[in-house]
Amino acid sequence: MGKFPLFPEQASTFAPDVDHLTYFLLAVAVFFTVLIFCSIFYLAIRYRRRSDGELPHVPHGGLALEIVWSVIPFGITMVMFTWGASVFFNESRPPNNAMPLYVVAKQWMWKIEHMEGQREINELHIPLGRAVRLTMASEDVIHSFYVPAFRVKQDVVPGKYSTIWFQPTKPGKYHLFCAEFCGTRHSGMIGWVYVMQPRDYQNWLSGGAPAGTLAESGEKLFTDLACSNCHKADGTGRCPSLEGLFGKTVQLANGAKIVADEPYIRESILHPAAKIVAGYLPVMPTFQGLVTEDGVLQLIEYIKSLGPKPIVGGGGALGK
Amino acid sequence: MITAAVPERENYLNNAYGIKSWLLTRDHKRIGLLYLFTVTLFFFLGGAFATMIRIELLTPQGNFVSSETYNKLFTMHGVAMIFFFLIPAIPATLGNFFLPMMIGARDLAFPRINLLSWYLLVIGGLFSLFAMLAGGVDTGWTFYTPYSTTYSNSWVIATALGIFISGFSSILTGLNFIVTVHRMRAPGMTWMRMPLFVWSHYATALIQVLGTPVVAVTIILLFCERVFHIGIFDPTLGGDPVLFQHMFWFYSHPAVYIMILPAMGIVSELVSVFSRKPVFGYQFVAYASMAIAVLGFLVWGHHLFVSTQSVYAALVFSFLSYFVAIPSAIKVFNWTATLYKGSISFATPMLYAFGFIGLFTIGGLTGLFVAALGFDVHVTDTYFVVAHFHYIMVGGTIMAYLGGLHYWWPKITGRMYPEGWAKLSALIIFLGFNLTFFPQFILGYLGMPRRYHVYPDEFQVLHVLSTAGASVLAVGYLMPMIYFIWSLRYGKVASANPWGATGLEWQTPSPPPVHNFDVTPIVTHDAYDYSTVIGQEVEVG
Repeated sequence: MGKFPLFPEQASTFAPDVDHLTYFLLAVAVFFTVLIFCSIFYLAIRYRRRSDGELPHVPHGGLALEIVWSVIPFGITMVMFTWGASVFFNESRPPNNAMPLYVVAKQWMWKIEHMEGQREINELHIPLGRAVRLTMASEDVIHSFYVPAFRVKQDVVPGKYSTIWFQPTKPGKYHLFCAEFCGTRHSGMIGWVYVMQPRDYQNWLSGGAPAGTLAESGEKLFTDLACSNCHKADGTGRCPSLEGLFGKTVQLANGAKIVADEPYIRESILHPAAKIVAGYLPVMPTFQGLVTEDGVLQLIEYIKSLGPKPIVGGGGALGK
Repeated sequence: MITAAVPERENYLNNAYGIKSWLLTRDHKRIGLLYLFTVTLFFFLGGAFATMIRIELLTPQGNFVSSETYNKLFTMHGVAMIFFFLIPAIPATLGNFFLPMMIGARDLAFPRINLLSWYLLVIGGLFSLFAMLAGGVDTGWTFYTPYSTTYSNSWVIATALGIFISGFSSILTGLNFIVTVHRMRAPGMTWMRMPLFVWSHYATALIQVLGTPVVAVTIILLFCERVFHIGIFDPTLGGDPVLFQHMFWFYSHPAVYIMILPAMGIVSELVSVFSRKPVFGYQFVAYASMAIAVLGFLVWGHHLFVSTQSVYAALVFSFLSYFVAIPSAIKVFNWTATLYKGSISFATPMLYAFGFIGLFTIGGLTGLFVAALGFDVHVTDTYFVVAHFHYIMVGGTIMAYLGGLHYWWPKITGRMYPEGWAKLSALIIFLGFNLTFFPQFILGYLGMPRRYHVYPDEFQVLHVLSTAGASVLAVGYLMPMIYFIWSLRYGKVASANPWGATGLEWQTPSPPPVHNFDVTPIVTHDAYDYSTVIGQEVEVG
C-alpha cells in the first residue's frame, strides 16, 4: 500500500467480493457520468445561441427513446440488486464451524470475550484463515462493529443480540471502529483487530492468565446468583433443569415451541415472564440490573457447557 | 436610476410600507420573501457550523473544539440545514412566490394559512435556536434512541419541539399548494399545460402532507419516552430502539424528495427557457415526479441494512430502492435531450442547471451504490454516505435553488443581478463543491466513519482537501449574497420578460402588481411554447 491508497486493504474473504461489486458499480457510474457530461458539453456548444431572435424547430418527442432509457437502466440496476444481495446473503450466514466469540459494547469501549476465558478491551486477536462468529450485546446505546479491512459492519443494539462473521485472509493489524454515533467519545471507541498465524494465536491464548474459561466463570455466577436453588440439575427444582437444554426445542406454556438459543436464554434471564416453559409457574424474578451483559454471556456459555454439543451458527444467525 | 418625474408603477413591494405591512401580509409574494430571509439566516447559521466542523477536521487530533462541542456542531449543522433550510428553501420561497403566478392565480388558496405557516417555521426555528444557544444538542440530526431518550444530557426536547412545530409549517404549505393547484388554475391551464415546476411542487406537497405527520408522531413518542419513560424505544423497559429508526426514516427518506423534487422542477424550467424548447418528454418528466413521490414512501428500510433488520426485509428494501432510480434517470436523460437542436444560452441560471445535472448525476449514481446490500454494509455510516447525500442536497438542491433565485431575481426585485459575477459564482461553487465532497467518497470507502471528532492519521490528506474545498465553496456562497443585495439598488432595471420565457409569471410586470395579473390570463398553449414569445421559427443546427 502506498501513502495515498484509494482502496482499503483486503483482509477477509468478503473483501474481494465487495471490491468486485464496487468495480462493477464504478464502471457503470463512470460510464453514465461521462455520457451525461459529454452529451451536455457537446450539445450545449453545438447548439449555442447564435442570435437573440432564434427560435428552434421543435422535434417530436420519442416514446421509443423514453422506453430505451428506462428499460436499460432498470436492467442494469437489477444486476446491481442481485449482486449486492448475494454478497449480503453470504455475510449473513456464518458457517457452522465458525469460532464463537462474544463482544460487549459500552460507552466507549469494546470488550471481547474468548471461550477460553481471555478477555480483551479494544483489541481482538483472531487466527488467520478461521471463520469467526461474534455474538454482540450492548450495555447502553446502539454501537456498530466495523472493520473496514474485512468490509463488514453490524450494529450492536441494546436489548438484543446481533451477530457478524468473517474469515481473515491476511495477517496484520486492522482498524476496529464504532460506526454508529454513541455519544461524547464516539470517535474514541476504536481498537485493533490482530490477525495472527494459528500457532502465534495458540501462544497468545496460553500466554494470558485467565480466571478460567467463559463457561467456568458462568458456573461461578450461576452459583453466586443462587440460580441453582431452583434450576436443579435433576429436574426436581421449582424451575426447569438446564441440563442439555441448549439447542433443544422447548414447549412453552402458551403452546408455542421455541429453540433454546442465545437470544432465548438471554431473554429468560432478563425478562423471565416473557416465555414460560410448559408445566412451570412464572416464579422467576428478573435479573435485569443484577447481571451485566458479560455476565449473561457467561451464563449462556455455562448452560451450553451442560450439553448437548453446542450448535454454532445455526438458528438465530439468519435473523441478524 | 428612477427619475422623480415618472411616478413608479404600483407593485407588491411599494403598495405598503412599514413593518406591519410585512408581518401581517397575506400576499404570497411577500410571504415568499419572509421565507427567503428566514431560510437564508438558517443557511448561514448551518454554514457556520459546517465551517467549524471542517476546521476541526484539518488535523487528526481533536484540537479546535472538544468532543462535546464537535458532536453538537454536526448535530446543529444537520438540524439547521435540513429542517430550517433545505425543506422550506425552494417550496416556501420560490414555490410560494411563483406557484400561484405560474398557474395564473391571484394568490394561494388560503393566504392566512400561508402566513401562519411562516410563523410556525419562525416559532419552530426559535425553539431550535434557543436550544442551540442554551447549550446545544448532541444526538445527530437523526435522534437515534436510546441515546436521545436516555443517555444524552443536551437540549433534545427543545430541539425536537422546534422540529415538531416547523413540521406543521411544512404540512400547511403542502396543503395550500395541493388545493391551489386543484382549484385556482387560470382558464385553459389544464394539468398537461402546467409548468413542470408546478408538477414537481404538487408531488412535493403530497409528501409534505402525508409524510410529515409521521415525524410529528415520532417526535411526540420521543418526548414521552424521554420525559415519562414509557418504554416504547428503551430496551430496558421492553421497548425497541430500532422501531424509532423505522418511524424516523419513514418520514426522513421521503423528506429527501421534499428537498430534491422542487429542485428538479426549477431545473426543468431553466433547461427549457435557456434552450428555448419544450422539455423533452414533458409528460414523462411530470409523471416521474409523481412516481418519485409515491415510491419514496416504500424505501425507508434501506437506511437500516445493518441495524438488525431482518435479511429478507433488507432484500425487499434494496429491491424497491432501485425503482426510485428510474424516474430520476428519466429526468436526467430528458433534460439532456432537451438541449438537442435547441438555442442554448449560457446565462447564469443555465450554468447552475448544468451544475445541478452533473452533481445530481453523481449523487444519484452513488445512490445506486448504497442501495446494493453488500456494498452498503461496508460504507453505511461512513463518509461515503456523507458525500452521497451532500451531492444530492448541496450539489442538487442548493445548485437548483441558486439557479432559480438568479432566474427569478428580476421578477422578484425588478432588478438584474450582475451577470459576470454571477457566472463566476456558479463556477466557484461547482469547483468548490467537488473539491469538498469528492474526497469524502474515497474517505468513506477507506473506512472513515461519520461523526468522528478524532480520526486516524492516514485519513488526513483527504480531509485537508475537503476543508480546502469548503473554503472555496464558502466564497462561492457569499458572492451571490453580496451581489444580490448590491443589485437591489444598483442592478439594471429588469423588463417584464428578460429571458424570453413562456411562464405566466413573465407576462406581468417586474416586480408584479399586488394581485399578480391586471387581467386574469387565459391559457391557450402548452407550457414552453416559445413561438408565443419569440419571433419566427428558424431551423437550428
